[in-house]
Amino acid sequence: MSAETVEKAIEKKPAEALFSKRRKKLVTDPLVDDNPITIQVLGICSALAVTTQMKPTLVMAISVIFVVVMSNLVISLMRNTIPSRVRIIVQLAVVATLVTLVSEVLRAFAYDMYKELSVFVGLIITNCIVMGRLEAFALGNKPYDSVLDGFGSALGYAWIILAVAFFRELWGSGSVFGIPVFDYVSGIFGSDFQLATNGLMVSPVGAFIILGLIIWIQRTKTGYVEH
Amino acid sequence: MQQSNGYIIVFSVILTVVLGLLLSGTSQVLGPMQREAEALDKKKQILGAVISAEEIDAMAPEEVNEYYNSRISSIVVDINGKEVTEQDGASVTAETVDIGKNYKRPAEERLYPVFIFHEEGNPEAVESYVFPLYGAGLWDAIWGYMALETDMNTVGGITLAHAGETPGLGARITEGEVQNRYVGKKIYNDSGELVAIEMQKGEGKDYSSDPHKVDGMSGATITANGVNAMVENYLGHYQAYIDSKKSNQAVAAAN
Repeated sequence: MSAETVEKAIEKKPAEALFSKRRKKLVTDPLVDDNPITIQVLGICSALAVTTQMKPTLVMAISVIFVVVMSNLVISLMRNTIPSRVRIIVQLAVVATLVTLVSEVLRAFAYDMYKELSVFVGLIITNCIVMGRLEAFALGNKPYDSVLDGFGSALGYAWIILAVAFFRELWGSGSVFGIPVFDYVSGIFGSDFQLATNGLMVSPVGAFIILGLIIWIQRTKTGYVEH
Repeated sequence: MQQSNGYIIVFSVILTVVLGLLLSGTSQVLGPMQREAEALDKKKQILGAVISAEEIDAMAPEEVNEYYNSRISSIVVDINGKEVTEQDGASVTAETVDIGKNYKRPAEERLYPVFIFHEEGNPEAVESYVFPLYGAGLWDAIWGYMALETDMNTVGGITLAHAGETPGLGARITEGEVQNRYVGKKIYNDSGELVAIEMQKGEGKDYSSDPHKVDGMSGATITANGVNAMVENYLGHYQAYIDSKKSNQAVAAAN
């Protein structure tokens, strides 16, 4: 083990509950208090790029959850055999393999999604959340804890990009998951009542604005200040 | 022990072999499904030049195949417009011709598939001819399919696709709104010369009175230039075939 990865002192109780308080915290902490996007501000690139619509965003979120959880599991299982001098390249190889798997599966079963996301699925490799969790947690913790930690972080990422995508698709294209909500609203109130869409929301600038607002609201509530 | 060079090399080799096997295994298993998905996507693109995207989206994969089989017939021609049925001893069909691979060869040696959109079950009653296009955008390859109506002059529709154009800029060539700008434009001028269709620089101008110009994409002029070059090149390559169809019609009209 390298000096950088600190092995956390885990109480060696014979059987810790499957969902003990500490383990629950592993999953729930990254959702709000230690959210990878809004607090650590990691994985911003894909959060801005894929969030114009809900559907590709959901596929992206699921892909990231899969990659983070599986890479955390694999690296954690191998943590005592990985030579620390090449650990980064080992992590990269594992992550790249998992990402390629996801990309191949999408290509076979959801070709339209594959076309739409292609570059960004590949870019999961460089998503700082993945390598960040491997370095900071999986290298020094047991497999099950690592899986929970990865799941929590990925879920924190997922709900934020889904929230951003919800507002961007609704406001930018007038729909949610491709369902034309604005048209239905016009249908109810008569054709004179038209909700206007905003082109800004379709461009990456819209994601910056929405993400900024989410971070603002969250930090106002939690009182988090960057040091 | 873990830090010795020997251990690191052995570890790396084992890791590489295991991950490599995993990936090649996956590729083997999923390969047939991927090729099927790609073939279906190609059919959708071809059909996209003659029917609207909404109609295609509403179809299940089997319906797309069925519709394609009943409405599209295809031939392969060479640069002189002559039909090609075999090359290097192997028979060729339009669906299996890889436009991207052919693009790397000199224009005279390439195979040129033509997809003929006809009335259901009646290959004689042609409604339009669909020609594949291929070229270079800003970052990577771009391609598409252009449908010409039976006068061999009026564009019935176009589908454009790309490998890696910038989202929101050059990637907009895949949007229906951009592609619809081509509908109804002419590729020949009044004196019968092939002038193709040129996407202009800048966006928001009205070119409805000019049959050879379409409105451009703001911030994506290089992609638009790529599209222009691609359209012009491939219409040029197909010119012999297009002319042969034109003269057939002239004969038919004279009779």
